[in-house]
Amino acid sequence: MKSKNLIVGGVLSAAIMSSMVACKPKSASEAVSGGAAEKAYVAPGKYDQFYNFVSGGFSGQLSVYGLPSGRLLRVIPVFSVDPEKGWGYSEESKPMLNTSHGMVPWDDLHHTELSQTNGEVDGRWVFGNANNTPRVARIDLKTFRTAEIIELPNSAGNHSSPFITENTEYVVAGTRFSVPMDNANGDVPISTYKQNFKGTLSFISVGQEGNMDIAFQIQCPGVNFDLSHAGKGKSHGWFFFSCYNTEQANTLLEVNASKNDKDFIMAVNWKKAEEYIKAGKGKKVPVKYAHNVWDDKTHTAKSVIKNEVLVLDAKELQDICYMIPCPKSPHGCDVDPTGEYIVGSGKLAALIPVFSFDKIQKAIADKTYEGQYDGINVIKYEAALHGEVKKPGLGPLHTEFDGKGNAYTSFFVSSEVVKWNIKDLTVLDRVPTFYSVGHLCIPGGDSKKPFGKYLIAYNKITKDRYLPTGPELSQSAQLYDISGDKMQLILDFPTIGEPHYAQAAPAELISKNSTKIFKIGENQHPYVAKGEAETKVVRNGKDVHVYITAIRSHFAPDNIEGVKVGDNVYFHVTNLEQDWDVPHGFAVKGANNGELLIMPGETSTLKWVPEKVGIYPIYCTDFCSALHQEMQGYVRVSPAGSNVPLTYSIGKTAPENESSK
Amino acid sequence: MKKQFLLLAFAATLYACGGSSTTTTQSSSESAEAPKTESAETAAPASTESYDPHRGEGKFTAENVNVGATLDANMATEGDKIQGVKCSSCHKLSDERLVGPGWKGVTERRKPEWIMNFITNPDPMIDKDPEVQAQLEICLVRMPNQSLSDNEARSILEFMRKNDGVK
Repeated sequence: MKSKNLIVGGVLSAAIMSSMVACKPKSASEAVSGGAAEKAYVAPGKYDQFYNFVSGGFSGQLSVYGLPSGRLLRVIPVFSVDPEKGWGYSEESKPMLNTSHGMVPWDDLHHTELSQTNGEVDGRWVFGNANNTPRVARIDLKTFRTAEIIELPNSAGNHSSPFITENTEYVVAGTRFSVPMDNANGDVPISTYKQNFKGTLSFISVGQEGNMDIAFQIQCPGVNFDLSHAGKGKSHGWFFFSCYNTEQANTLLEVNASKNDKDFIMAVNWKKAEEYIKAGKGKKVPVKYAHNVWDDKTHTAKSVIKNEVLVLDAKELQDICYMIPCPKSPHGCDVDPTGEYIVGSGKLAALIPVFSFDKIQKAIADKTYEGQYDGINVIKYEAALHGEVKKPGLGPLHTEFDGKGNAYTSFFVSSEVVKWNIKDLTVLDRVPTFYSVGHLCIPGGDSKKPFGKYLIAYNKITKDRYLPTGPELSQSAQLYDISGDKMQLILDFPTIGEPHYAQAAPAELISKNSTKIFKIGENQHPYVAKGEAETKVVRNGKDVHVYITAIRSHFAPDNIEGVKVGDNVYFHVTNLEQDWDVPHGFAVKGANNGELLIMPGETSTLKWVPEKVGIYPIYCTDFCSALHQEMQGYVRVSPAGSNVPLTYSIGKTAPENESSK
Repeated sequence: MKKQFLLLAFAATLYACGGSSTTTTQSSSESAEAPKTESAETAAPASTESYDPHRGEGKFTAENVNVGATLDANMATEGDKIQGVKCSSCHKLSDERLVGPGWKGVTERRKPEWIMNFITNPDPMIDKDPEVQAQLEICLVRMPNQSLSDNEARSILEFMRKNDGVK
């Protein structure tokens, strides 16, 4: 009762404060108007209305927040190892991080994209891209786990990714750092960029059950491909990529790639590309890339290295790619829900050009070109242009849509979000962000059917917004209510890593499918122990396989002897629980490794190579019951040449005449 | 609580703005209701009555659990397999306690429907059944819900009967 009063009191004073501000808005730090606390408040025990899938940037992971509360629900490990969850540490998960360069423990996840059916968010998967060692990941929204990762050959800096077509036919990837093709001689002077460096666009097909495959790549001039979005509705069959550094500079890009008044949006007719592939115009090019797939039945990932990819040449096949001039280093490339309008955001521009799909089609039909760029037809700017939003702000970056005919664009330099009407291009509202906003997200905001209601701004700088934590500060998200005519800031929340693009979807689309347990009867792990009767310890040369089970609150076996220094000990831990929210953890003293976190019905393996003689405790790391502190065991490690027999037991106490050895 | 909250928030607005406005009357977050707990979902049809310590709580009753006079040996064998995976980590077949009590004699102490309810719907029964609560004080580990299907539960019951000497 006391705490209830406290909560009410707190809310009351917050309400008073915010109401006062509503009467007399003052400075930026008080730019929260009345009712904000109520709008973002989700009472204890209540669920949020939306899941928000936020890229973790240089953390390499994907974080899941609830909206409108901004509560962090989960961090899903994707491209970076995560010892907390055993990701990249368990034997089963290591293949997920395999690449043609071997195991890569880190990456930079920039953008998220939810799968779609008929242009609408369907809640099956969310995709993420790796910017450093180019890859695309598919995360299963039943298990909230990374289910598949595919590497991209002939690429560097996979930035314009992982955007999808309206039925998730393809997820695309474009190369930000053009480089020589993988099978060309890469040992060339960097200054030969113009001759030797190429950009590729990858079209990764996605099957009904996932199963990504690189259907084809389009080889393009060497520029920086930045962002992209698929056409939809009438423009389904087309993809749009922003490109900068059309100067083809290889040094001091800050200056040298900012010279041209206009760079390009590249329009790609991927249906045409499909026709060419069918007609046999693709060239098989030798490459090396990894395809890694997680299996929920074996609870194990497999990595396969593939050796070939089909490449189409944009110069040879003239009617796949078209360049549309776009002012000053375009960044965001966003298509409105109708598929008619393509918004290019020149990050150094002071206007926003909006292109018309119909006009682009007409210009191509009439050949209204102003010339060619490196062999690719360039459509006249005016011929493709629907119109320009004049003086919207400084440094436009990204645009999302509310499905009501409005667009919302972020402005990095002027730290604001501007709402404007797509048809008549008039500015309707603007709100400040704190500070230096990058991406925006409206639930379903890049689909045919945005859910609207909220807009989230992902800020690069937080400076004075939170209690200081030394030189490094958390980045932040800011939540705006966009249900009315005016945008209203209602919440700040800190984010992990650096958030770039994010997506959100109504909770019920996803929560109803959430996996609670893995059925132990369906576990096909080769080292599973289905019940304590199947537990054992088996030596095979220097490899010792421990088939061990966990249930509240003991391991079986929990006493193991006969392990020797230098053995490869594999603990295959099966969690026998069949109840929701009862993972067990597993750790062993001195292991140069992470822990395991084993879900109900799952088997996971921790490898340990003991280096010193002694007694090594093992224990459960995840508080599981009142007797969790009792959930432990011992492994005896003997010298390399020892003849202590391999034994294992549980519940066996010392016989009366036992002499200690 | 919600009403109280709204009232206070509204009062605060009135106070702060001298009654001139407006903004805070919108309903406090339309957050989705968290679904009710499993125990409530699977509760017996007659859950308005107080807890029945002979039947337990769940979907099983004396009417829908049919136990034969003799053992169904095939079903008992099936039950043995299932208990080996899902139960034997904590229960011995003798009367000796491991994590939970041994199984010897359980079919004599408990009605079939009570056993069926308890192994398929343990959480509410651990909270309500006086004897289970007394047991919890000894064992200290709440029996986990092992997601048994109705058929699996019935097979385990048959195996328990076999363990208790039914032929």
